[in-house]
Amino acid sequence: MLKIPWNYSKKEGSFFPCPGQQSPNKIVHWLFVGHYWVQLCFYCVFQAPAYHLILEGILILWIIRLLFSKTYKLQERSDLTEKVTESLLRNGSQNHLSLQYQRSTLPPTHKIVVNGNECINFASFNFLGLLDNEKVKNVALASLKKYGVGTCGPRGFYGTFDVHLELEDRIAKFMRTEEAIIYSYGFATIASAIPAYSKRGDLVFVDEAACFAIQKGLQASRSNIKYFKHNDMDDLERLLKEQEFEDQKNPRKARVTRRFLFVEGLYMNTGSICPLPELVKLKYKYKVRIFLEESLSFGVLGEHGRGVTEHFGVNIDDIDLISANMENALASIGGFCCGRSFVIDHQRLSGQGYCFSASLPPMLASAAIEALNIMEDDPDIFRKLSQKCQQIHLALHGISGLKVVGESFSPAFHLQLTRSRGSRENDVKLLQEIVDYCQNRGIALTQARYLDKEEKFLPSPRIIVNIFCIWYSASLSASQNFIVK
Amino acid sequence: MASRRAHSSGDRDKSSGLRNGYSRGPRLNGKPASDLYKKHFYESFEQPPLYVPVLTYMGYGIVTLFGYLRDFLRAWGFEKCHAAQERKEQKDFVPLYQDFENFYKRNLYMRVRDNWNRPICSVPGPTFDLVERVTDDYNWTFRYTGRIIKDVINMGSYNYLGFAENHSEFLKPVAEVMMEYGSGVCSTRQEMGNLDKHIEVEKLVTQFLGVEAAMTFGMGFATNCMNIPALMGKGCLILSDELNHTSLILGARLSGSTIRVFKHNNMQSLEKLLRDAVVNGQPRTHRPWKKILILVEGIYSMEGSIVCLPEIVLLKKKYKAYLYLDEAHSIGAVGPTGRGVVEYFGVDPADIDVMMGTFTKSFGAIGGYIAGKKELVDYLRGYSHSAAYATSMPPAIAEHIVRTLKCIMGLDGTTIGAERIRKLKENTRYFRQHLQQMGFIIYGNEDSPVVPLLLYMPGKVGAFARRMLKKNIGVVVVGFPATPIVESRARFCLSAAHTQEMLDRVLTVLNEMGNFLRVKYSRKPRNSCPELKYDENYFEFDI
Repeated sequence: MLKIPWNYSKKEGSFFPCPGQQSPNKIVHWLFVGHYWVQLCFYCVFQAPAYHLILEGILILWIIRLLFSKTYKLQERSDLTEKVTESLLRNGSQNHLSLQYQRSTLPPTHKIVVNGNECINFASFNFLGLLDNEKVKNVALASLKKYGVGTCGPRGFYGTFDVHLELEDRIAKFMRTEEAIIYSYGFATIASAIPAYSKRGDLVFVDEAACFAIQKGLQASRSNIKYFKHNDMDDLERLLKEQEFEDQKNPRKARVTRRFLFVEGLYMNTGSICPLPELVKLKYKYKVRIFLEESLSFGVLGEHGRGVTEHFGVNIDDIDLISANMENALASIGGFCCGRSFVIDHQRLSGQGYCFSASLPPMLASAAIEALNIMEDDPDIFRKLSQKCQQIHLALHGISGLKVVGESFSPAFHLQLTRSRGSRENDVKLLQEIVDYCQNRGIALTQARYLDKEEKFLPSPRIIVNIFCIWYSASLSASQNFIVK
Repeated sequence: MASRRAHSSGDRDKSSGLRNGYSRGPRLNGKPASDLYKKHFYESFEQPPLYVPVLTYMGYGIVTLFGYLRDFLRAWGFEKCHAAQERKEQKDFVPLYQDFENFYKRNLYMRVRDNWNRPICSVPGPTFDLVERVTDDYNWTFRYTGRIIKDVINMGSYNYLGFAENHSEFLKPVAEVMMEYGSGVCSTRQEMGNLDKHIEVEKLVTQFLGVEAAMTFGMGFATNCMNIPALMGKGCLILSDELNHTSLILGARLSGSTIRVFKHNNMQSLEKLLRDAVVNGQPRTHRPWKKILILVEGIYSMEGSIVCLPEIVLLKKKYKAYLYLDEAHSIGAVGPTGRGVVEYFGVDPADIDVMMGTFTKSFGAIGGYIAGKKELVDYLRGYSHSAAYATSMPPAIAEHIVRTLKCIMGLDGTTIGAERIRKLKENTRYFRQHLQQMGFIIYGNEDSPVVPLLLYMPGKVGAFARRMLKKNIGVVVVGFPATPIVESRARFCLSAAHTQEMLDRVLTVLNEMGNFLRVKYSRKPRNSCPELKYDENYFEFDI
């Protein structure tokens, strides 16, 4: 504490050298006042601790610096006028592996000509072999003759054809849901559906292995995203519980925050299946809506090819929205969402990819209808497909250096290196050598392509093996041998 | 229907003088830049008399009031609610929709819903057949009567060059490819979906546009929203026109860069933003922006205006920005040989960094392309989201594009392509001129085949579309939120396939309708009963 010699009294707001004594001269008066203050300062300085003085000293220096220095350097400013813009493209794109596209010349059915070699196709997602189906082709051809090629407009503006309505109806019936909506591009389906419902401030729980389309949809929705470990229900429940705890703190906010859970039927990135029954339990326990992406499992799993819901025997009404693309099993183009009318109908005004894009060419819609017909007429193909999957899966087990990842009933599974070669580039290179080796011997394989910089959780490099149900067993065993080598 | 102007909050600046009969000449830095333009560049955005917006707001007010009244009645069970309900088991979930989101749909859109999504059952050519549908519950559900409304004149499809057709000889190569390859592809470009057909299309597009390289994608919408993120990222700046299409806005948003919006086709506004960006750099850090990209469209589909490309190219060079030009509506539709706005203005294609376009409109197919320097396209082959994750274009569609491109370029040995381009131009001028003479307010450039006719009031939108359909003319009407709230409009898309008789019929009906609905708001000099005469010598073309 400072002791101030308070021997001057305060009178009428000013100091006087002596009580009662009035100075006739104002200058003398102010001199006295100034003298007093200087004295006071010196007194304080000698009394104050050292750190205090140092701190104040630095502060004073800093103020002086601020007063005299310029806020910016002149040279830096002149840089801006002659701004060096970065190239539009990122560096290092020249030697990218992806630039060397495979060039296929024959239709990509079970046989394919890649870079001049005729191969058995293990690389397309044409699981049911419907791409090459004569019936489908003929129906598409008839549609082409009637409607021409394009639709020349979005659905709202004379781009709705009677075949679109029929296809929506058929998909809804096939999946046993109230309503279905079709998009003209598979990728845009789930990527448009997500932001139609989930908005800024809403909460989204997503599996780490979710495919790129889901990631992009989430990014467009600007919701709060929480990732749980791949297929780890405990981790998901932990997140949900945390959220429940948060909600109790702020119940008013919780009442308007929508919650969604995004999962895939068969994961594109891992080949594994989602534990749907547990997810449905969690749905009702924590009141989250489940959106299910079934691009790989639709037309594959289940007795009638209705996907994971049928596979697990889950009531389809428990899933709020199912989305799938028609580019894999149905061998057409586009995608669909199906579910209850309460949910689906909203997309007809809010699904951006639906409202603002030209509609699906009618011939492709007709092709999809015919593919659905075939699936309904002959549910045996799903059993056959599953058998073939298990056969190949078994055969590929135990190759030294490669491990098989994915469910044994999944028609798309992955081959990974058991031991990494140090870096991602080396792994990719080795896998590419394997792919090339097989290709030269008549087996078309492909590496799963990822954009390294864009993926949230980058999957490790892998080869995708896709199974068709129409392969002949002879060619099968031959191919097994090759891959094994 | 939903918000097309996601990032425009309201009207354009009225003080900029872009309206009210103002014929905008090209200007740069406040000075006329007429030497940039090789020909007369005329765009009009006439303002209606003051009572029109006042009445329009009143109209919306009344409908909204009734909406609240009916919602009240529905809530108390006096009126049956037709909307789909939430499942019983999930009643205690957080509601999926906020109530005000659906208010518009329930109370305004439902009244006029029959004017959109009309199903058709033929080629979307100059005329089409509509599936007749009726409603028994005021548009909540539709019932198909099984009858077909034949030969409706199609003024709505983007069939600019008339390639939506089903002549068997034209479709023969497409059919052959379809039988050979099947309908789909079942793989992505980077994996196994790179077919020889795609390479053929890309070669032709390259040749057509006069660029170094091109790449095709399976969907036009996705071309924008999956490629802009590959080019731009954090620390980059995107300058976007306020009326840009949703796909461009979505792409810009997905890229994570900063987005700033300039007034529609307003070069002063763009230059101000560019100058600001160069001088100030990024917010807070004041580091220079990594790159600046200007996003514009060739023809704006709701306004019918053409982008002021020469000025933008000048600005882009001055401020070292990049230019992304979306030619969705303009490719094939403008330019002496159909090569889009680049050719229309005589701009060097090398000055446009990214040329994007779709095959959906003029070409009558589906899909999109990106063209430009070889490095750009090579880069996109490696890093485009579409190439890595989305299915490539179906081979039959690719074959159709090859055929139409060859036809437009005259490589098939005929002059059909050139004739169609000429015919489209004639139709455009003819139609626009007559509408203007009749006293309608129409927006946009005199050379743009997209013709918006302003209706303003919400009540007139429904009445117009229904009465036009009664006269066997299919039109597109657009209202809020796709347009500003007072500027509901009908939009006509002209086609080279429209014959003289069709256009005359449409114009006659429009004249009657304009008198009946009192939508002839224009205060420009007019001819109350213009003679419908098609004079070949009347038009001068510089082909």
